[in-house]
Amino acid sequence: MDDSKPPTPLPGPPAPTPAHLEFKATLLLIVLLLMVGAAAIYLSYARGAFESTQQLVLVADDSEGVGVGMDITFAGFPVGRVRRTELAPDGNVRILVDVPVKDAHWLRTTSVFTLVRSLVGGTNIRAYSGVLTDPPLPDGAVRNVLRGDATAEVPRLLADARQLLQNLNAISAEGSAVNDALANVKAFTEKLNAPGGAMGALLGGDAQAAKLLSALDRTNTLLARLDGLAAKADTQVFGADGLMRDARATVQQLSVMLGEARASLKRVDAVLEEARAVGENARVATTDLGALRADVETSLRNIDQLINEVNRKWPFARDTELKLP
Amino acid sequence: MSTLRTLQDSLGRVGRSGAHWSVGWWHVVKVGALILVLALSPSTYDRANRVALARHVYLGTAPILPWFALLSALASLVLIRIVIVTALSYGLSQYALEMMVRVLVLELIPLTAALFVALRTTVPSGAELIRMHARGDFEPLQRAGIDPLRHELLPRVVAGVFAVLMLATVSCAIAMLLAYLAVYGFTLGAFAGFTRTLGHIFNPGVALIFVLKTVFFSLAVSLIPVAAFLRAHLPSATRSGAELESLVRLFAAVLLIEAVSLMGNYY
Repeated sequence: MDDSKPPTPLPGPPAPTPAHLEFKATLLLIVLLLMVGAAAIYLSYARGAFESTQQLVLVADDSEGVGVGMDITFAGFPVGRVRRTELAPDGNVRILVDVPVKDAHWLRTTSVFTLVRSLVGGTNIRAYSGVLTDPPLPDGAVRNVLRGDATAEVPRLLADARQLLQNLNAISAEGSAVNDALANVKAFTEKLNAPGGAMGALLGGDAQAAKLLSALDRTNTLLARLDGLAAKADTQVFGADGLMRDARATVQQLSVMLGEARASLKRVDAVLEEARAVGENARVATTDLGALRADVETSLRNIDQLINEVNRKWPFARDTELKLP
Repeated sequence: MSTLRTLQDSLGRVGRSGAHWSVGWWHVVKVGALILVLALSPSTYDRANRVALARHVYLGTAPILPWFALLSALASLVLIRIVIVTALSYGLSQYALEMMVRVLVLELIPLTAALFVALRTTVPSGAELIRMHARGDFEPLQRAGIDPLRHELLPRVVAGVFAVLMLATVSCAIAMLLAYLAVYGFTLGAFAGFTRTLGHIFNPGVALIFVLKTVFFSLAVSLIPVAAFLRAHLPSATRSGAELESLVRLFAAVLLIEAVSLMGNYY
């Protein structure tokens, strides 16, 4: 039916044309261009296109989980971004990281880098700088990265847990040392609760406790008897006819005897004095005997000379001359 | 004999439908090339055509922009809330923002913008163009020295492309703003972290796929509905079938672009 309709002379727009149409359309176009341009610039900024960076190369043995654009964090704050990963000729993985110059001061020559794979979530590369006064990390530095794999720890953790549970089972099993110890403790406390139990528990049995009690009773009896004995000894020693009085009389007698002994000794001294005078006399006599002896020796020597003179005279003369051959 | 005839008929139907399908896509490509040539030709932008272009661009975008922005903001808010609550309940809140941006900005908003523009602007506009052509409305234009392709076809296609880009851009900006506010609240302190997360998401590959996808969406929803006008000389019943076919072709193209972009992003 539409085809049979006569054509309109010059079909105009069905709706009235809005005012300032071209301006509004241009405005829309400018808005779109501005938004697209701003988005492009913002995303370039977000990708780090406008910041100067320095390079850091991390060497790992496995790059699993490491992707381009990943963050390197220091204390939870991103300080770098993985730009590329490549396989080195020695089989290690080189992770090329762009570190913005403004954040590079957090990385030092002594910094440690770790590559951690968590159970849930992605892989994280973290930097640890213990001494922030160390020299800063130079551009293009190559560092080894330490790998910490949480999933790799799981089997070991399970093995440890199993071992621990086995130990606990062994400890809590029937007849185990802990059970025996607890039974002993129970018996001990039962003994403690019984009458006289503490002593029995300490001495190892009721019979021993009874023996100890009997020994204590006998000791008490003995002490009572010792008391009586001491009273009697007191009477014997310090009583009216006691030992002390006789001792005092004996001491007085001894004193008298000592005085007599002293007088006897004085007499002995006088005798000794006389003996010393006798000795002196004897010494003088001995001196005189010396002189006498000298005289006798002189006389004998003269006699000897006389005899020798007589012998040299004829007929008793002898040729005493020694002739050399 | 009858079996042979049936086989021949089947083969004939398959051949005819294949040829028909190929001709349909060929028309799309041909209109696309025509539009490209016209757009690059300086003589296209004379006074009358500029007014027509401005009129189609403005009327194709301005009336639907607020509504779409509002609906998109509401839908984004709901999705953002769902994602945040779910992420918090699983203790994965650090991934909530990335997931929201990927789901909303990269995938849903360009798709919905393209479909919205197709349903509200380009499909009615293409149908009107076909009707005008069928009515012979172009002849008075030609007599008046106005090229109907420059005056009617090009502005409609450009308006469709512009509307998709505008709606997608505005809605993406709103969605990102809402996501920031939902995750961090009314503070500028987290802007550096937000920027860094966006930098992570929009790596060169993803950004390129996002731009290409949006551009191809806009081209698909703008070209496919108007391409049917090349068959406007056909009888009315066949024309209606062609319009319906172009609608199916439009959705198939949008689906294909989305699938290819998903494969590019995640495989």
